[in-house]
Amino acid sequence: MDVATLSIAKVRQALDAKEYSALELTEAYLGVIGKKDNEIHAYLEVWGEAARTEARRADEQIARGDSKPLTGIPVAVKDNILVEGRVASAASKILEHYIASYDATVIKKLKEQGVVLIGRTNMDEFALGVSTEYSAFGPTKNPHDHSRVPGGTSGGSTAAVAAAMTLVALGSDTGGSIRQPSAFCGVVGLKPTYGAVSRYGLIAAASSLDQIGPMGKTVADVQTTFHAIQGHDKNDSTSLSDELVEKKEPKILGVPRNFLTKGIDADVLATFEKTLTLLQAKGYEIRDSIDLPSIHYALATYYIINPAEVSTNLARFDGIRYGLSVPAGSIEEVYAKTRGAGFGPEVRRRILVGTFVLSAGYTDAYYRKARAVRESIRADFVRVLNEVDAVVIPTTPTPAFKIGEKSQDPLAMYAADIFTNPVNLAGIPALSVPMGTVSRGGVELPVGFQIIGRARGEEVLFAIGEDVEKEQK
Amino acid sequence: MTDDVDVDGLAKLARLQVSDAELKELKRDIPAILKFVETINVSSAGVAQKEKTNIRNVMREDGEPHESGIYTEQLLASVPRREGNRVAVTQVLKKSGH
Repeated sequence: MDVATLSIAKVRQALDAKEYSALELTEAYLGVIGKKDNEIHAYLEVWGEAARTEARRADEQIARGDSKPLTGIPVAVKDNILVEGRVASAASKILEHYIASYDATVIKKLKEQGVVLIGRTNMDEFALGVSTEYSAFGPTKNPHDHSRVPGGTSGGSTAAVAAAMTLVALGSDTGGSIRQPSAFCGVVGLKPTYGAVSRYGLIAAASSLDQIGPMGKTVADVQTTFHAIQGHDKNDSTSLSDELVEKKEPKILGVPRNFLTKGIDADVLATFEKTLTLLQAKGYEIRDSIDLPSIHYALATYYIINPAEVSTNLARFDGIRYGLSVPAGSIEEVYAKTRGAGFGPEVRRRILVGTFVLSAGYTDAYYRKARAVRESIRADFVRVLNEVDAVVIPTTPTPAFKIGEKSQDPLAMYAADIFTNPVNLAGIPALSVPMGTVSRGGVELPVGFQIIGRARGEEVLFAIGEDVEKEQK
Repeated sequence: MTDDVDVDGLAKLARLQVSDAELKELKRDIPAILKFVETINVSSAGVAQKEKTNIRNVMREDGEPHESGIYTEQLLASVPRREGNRVAVTQVLKKSGH
């Protein structure tokens, strides 16, 4: 069985027709993992026996004639999404042995369909980073070039999909953490509208920015998985109600030209232009005149709001109720030593920046000002998306960089997300679809085309994404 | 504003123990990050601007959300130190000398 050619549609048809069983399918993926993952390190833990049990149960469900869209489908889960009874560590030493006490809502929904949870994937610690190099348990390698990063923070998930070590994967996106690694690994990734997917059971990074989302080889696979995990959840007070979702045939694409003037590799831009030309030939109107004036402040705004919320969310890791606990003479030392030992360097850096911007005397200048600028960014997108059906830009300014290249310079690292984090600030959905490759050192590296839409406009993104995808054949 | 960031003070506020070597790096990194993000002050967005979001307060009904005690064992299983059904902590309040 060549798992590299599979899709959800193909598997659904084959499983329901009993061409092969869910157990055989699971064994095939476990086989690929056994062959490749020693080198790539996409998985922190493979749930082999549990996966086989779930596959057998899926086969029973199929035999009863009761199969759902994702019954028997292998799914890899980012290490910050809770699966009851299993370790969820957010790739941090502070949670290295933490066993989840409940299922995330997205996991509950997938279990109801009878998926096979293959394993938990590597990530940057607490979803802070752009390359998966900040995992406390070692980096993941990009399957296209093992000397390069897969991107981050959902780098394990995208590498697993790209290397056919799973069919689909779940990740989380706070500033680009699904879309950027999807672009670097040549797979499709969706950051849903804020609130479209429940965050209950996602280890929180920045609560006003986080969303769980799917990654897969095709737009259709990502769409099917999104439908399975989305929906109102009473356990997440920021989750959107289940109202009618926008279905519109997209015609006009807007390009924020004055945001693409510098810092972007020439061949990445050229590939983007080529994709625009192909879409134009398909009947889309491309409008270059759109203006998002506040977007130039998005990176700075993001790196005030994100650290502020992260420092607040990570305060709960104190060695008292769960996780690592370093014994000490005083309670202050228990906190300080536990957090000093359990958190990695980027996590500590982010907490300290967040502590500063929220501290007395600085809150107005930094945090409150950042929230005001965020509203301008949101308003810019609302205005522009009234005139065009989607805003399109390259997902990243460069292809995957080398392991070690950016990890010493925080600001250079933060700039990798320049095209993705405005979207999280605005709370709107965005899809990254492969648009071709660029050559680095003789190796072809994937690059991504990012489609940004109106709130609840995921179906429009999928429609445009499929048109981009068709051009890649 | 950021030239004199008291990184030591921030570490204490955040209950984070950092080594001397790391403190040196942070004293370089953190002011650089803050200097970069200060660029938002160029934006004309006003601090008083009202935020238009769809977020609204969500409450649940008064009353017991679930039967008392059904999650106790499951949650206590993760606790680093426990005494019976309670989480054991190092003494927080010190008795003052009389």
